[in-house]
Amino acid sequence: MAFINIRNKEVQVKIVYYGPGRGGKTSNLEYINDKYRQRIKTEMVSLKTHGDRTLFFDFLPFDIGQIKGYEVKIQLYTVPGQVKYNATRKLVLKGVDGIVFVADATKERRESNIQSLNQLHENLKSYNLDLFKIPFVMQYNKMDLKKSDIPVLPVEILQKDLNSRLRAPAFEASALSGGNVAVTLKRIIALTMTSIQKELL
Amino acid sequence: MNYGFVNQDQLEDIDNTLKEDLVDIGVECVMLIDMAGNTIAKCDNGKCTVDTYAFAALAAGNYATVDAMAKLVGETEFSLLFHKGEKASIHFSKVNEELLLITMFNKELSLGFLRLKVVEVIEKIRNICGQTKVSAT
Repeated sequence: MAFINIRNKEVQVKIVYYGPGRGGKTSNLEYINDKYRQRIKTEMVSLKTHGDRTLFFDFLPFDIGQIKGYEVKIQLYTVPGQVKYNATRKLVLKGVDGIVFVADATKERRESNIQSLNQLHENLKSYNLDLFKIPFVMQYNKMDLKKSDIPVLPVEILQKDLNSRLRAPAFEASALSGGNVAVTLKRIIALTMTSIQKELL
Repeated sequence: MNYGFVNQDQLEDIDNTLKEDLVDIGVECVMLIDMAGNTIAKCDNGKCTVDTYAFAALAAGNYATVDAMAKLVGETEFSLLFHKGEKASIHFSKVNEELLLITMFNKELSLGFLRLKVVEVIEKIRNICGQTKVSAT
């Protein structure tokens, strides 16, 4: 739930990058942090294990300017992707306004994507949120691995597995090199802001 | 209480309370945040350089983690958290199901006195937030 501060004319919006482990959620935020460094006033916060895996979350706040006189502060979070950390994923989802699902397009991770999406559905239910109603963008990451002869699922299969019922906007991406990272971000911000405006009217 | 949309008068009253009851007695920085990590109100002594947005996100995570641990050991909650440093200390206190009050203070302020003041402030915030019907986004 976005927080609107009438006194400071400020809206705080929470967007969570969700998906299976090693899918590229943190890479998305790292790319955004590098690319838009001049617009981000503070450092990205990462709570990692010694093995460089996300332990709790990554956090990246930035301003996108004003909408109707209100300063909009976007707060990007990732969840830990490893299966054992579901309790933590649930905590991070509290108060979420928009979700990017970062699917791993490599063939061997097909089942993990489906499991992660199903778990997201369940986790949202615990906050009385509906995956079919919340602003949502699908990102098929690691598409660049095709060039390295690593088996990658065709988009049609990914769409069928993950997005046939949701019908959310979907993007092929390469988080490490930044391919479609900004496009994904722009779309989720647009969807989330529209949804918040609708709620307010 | 639904805090998602707090009106201007409520925010002003909360700010005044945070300043008069906490910052004026020597607290360096005080923040009212929600459990999702949003900053509802913030007041400091003008010398605080903490990145409050990151701090709020971490504080909400920290509190949620401790809350989960409380349930594992059979407690309903640990409603108070305190981290003591050499120079700076942080005190967390739950206002209600959705809000947390965080105070940062140095060793010149005694923890006992701070706790007494925090109890007063929490009561005032509950009253302020209960005054008006508010709607969420």
